[in-house]
Amino acid sequence: MDFSFLSNPDYPILKAFWGNIQLTFWSAIGALILGTVLAGMRVSPVPLMRGFSTVYVNIVRNTPLTLIIIMMSQVLYTQLGLKLASRGAGAQGAIDFLYNQNFRLAVLGFILYTSTFVSEAIRSGINTVPAGQAEAARAIGMKFTQVLGIVVLPQAFRAVIAPLASVLIALIKNTTVAAAIFSAEIAGLMATMMENEADKFVAIFIIIAAGFIILTLPVGILLGRVAQKVAVKR
Amino acid sequence: MKLRQLGITVALAAVAALTLGACGSDKAADTSTPAAGSETSAAADTSAADTSAAGGDSSAADTSAAGGGDAAASQLLTNAKAGKLTIGVKFDQPGLGQKNPDGSFSGFDIDVARYVAKELGVDEAKINFVETKSAEREDKIAKGEVDYIVGTYSITDTRKEKVNFAGPYFLAHQDLLVKADNTDITGPETLNGKILCSVTGSTSAQKVKDQFATEVALQEFGTYSECAAQVKAGVVDALTTDDVILAGYAAQDPGVFRLVGKGFSDENYGIGLKKGDTTGEDAINTALKKMVSDGSWKASLEKNVGPSGYTIPDPPENLTS
Repeated sequence: MDFSFLSNPDYPILKAFWGNIQLTFWSAIGALILGTVLAGMRVSPVPLMRGFSTVYVNIVRNTPLTLIIIMMSQVLYTQLGLKLASRGAGAQGAIDFLYNQNFRLAVLGFILYTSTFVSEAIRSGINTVPAGQAEAARAIGMKFTQVLGIVVLPQAFRAVIAPLASVLIALIKNTTVAAAIFSAEIAGLMATMMENEADKFVAIFIIIAAGFIILTLPVGILLGRVAQKVAVKR
Repeated sequence: MKLRQLGITVALAAVAALTLGACGSDKAADTSTPAAGSETSAAADTSAADTSAAGGDSSAADTSAAGGGDAAASQLLTNAKAGKLTIGVKFDQPGLGQKNPDGSFSGFDIDVARYVAKELGVDEAKINFVETKSAEREDKIAKGEVDYIVGTYSITDTRKEKVNFAGPYFLAHQDLLVKADNTDITGPETLNGKILCSVTGSTSAQKVKDQFATEVALQEFGTYSECAAQVKAGVVDALTTDDVILAGYAAQDPGVFRLVGKGFSDENYGIGLKKGDTTGEDAINTALKKMVSDGSWKASLEKNVGPSGYTIPDPPENLTS
């Protein structure tokens, strides 16, 4: 099998994977925050917040990710004019603007999408915390935010590390969908490589599949151990 | 501990790679695709006629190989004789190959595909059009899923190793499409600092960056339609691909776009068919010559891409002599 394309400077494979890692990093942070907020709203005493969260999670979770990513570019940016980066002067300004704009649009799309799965994972974690805990917290005069923030969520998080790891692994692989609008990542590079090196189809496929296994496998192993270590013994 | 973890990871990756590799080779051998790593098995599986043609480059070697064979060896002609053809086309290129909302097909490539089929004795209603995206064309031909492909298929040396080409039936040039009121883009070298759109994996945008404007910002989308929408909205400055494809978009939305008209490459569109099928290739070439000589070649272009103001070029020399 011919792997000669690995040393071709036209195909920056490691740099492209770095693009996916960056997408994953920012999306994961954003999705964790938004997902926690959504889960909190889902169990809040305010019906409007509960309703909003339920509707949001069920609509976004059931929309194909490719559609969301393309909508970010074609609707939010092209039609509604949302700019997440500023265009600097000169030629480099245009290149940087395009890179940042697409990168941030993609991250925004991933956050909106992945947060629904994070929210559902955390909600299931909240259900593992015995009702007596929240009742006791309320009995000593805590407000809802305190009950959630000090008593319930810390225990809920410890129960959902493993499901969140699955969400993270899915997110790492989902970042390839960014190729629909953002070219500096591996799925876009793969399309270019397959166009130029059509006879090395299988070799290209193996390299990229192996790259993803190297990225995702340690995440699963590591977070699996963390989950065991911090689990609340009941 | 850490080392052991790493060891497990690498071992698993290797196992996965080997399994995938094995699957790939098996599949390639089954379908006789000369894919990477399986050349020996592929050659062993192919029929005698194919093997003798496999080594040579397209025309000369193939003709001698087909000399020994008979017309029955051409699956394309056998299918045509049975009155049914499966033709690969593009579904998303206005003016060339487009599937309309009502399920009908229109465009210059479609007209060429129909004309050739008619000459081979196949009724228009008996043609089965299937979508062949750029990346899957060689594969679909090799597997016999399509009899031939008419879909802005540029003839290149690497592609000739995997398929036979009839034609060329059209000579296109890479060009730029900009908004009608844009005046500062006059050619590929004026694109520095501009945003240029093309489809993921295509070589056309890369060519502009490498040869004309090294400081152009490249935007890649899955389809040309997305690029066209962004050019229309003014968020990207230009769209690049072959002029006749661009003319199709301009014809679809009159007055919105301007075709720059400075072609900077030659793309010979051919009809792709199974490797080694020279009898089929000759039959298609005869049909193409007739299409040019009876005027339907020009009429189809005028109907499909004429409204954009695109000047209809002369037919390729191989079809007029």
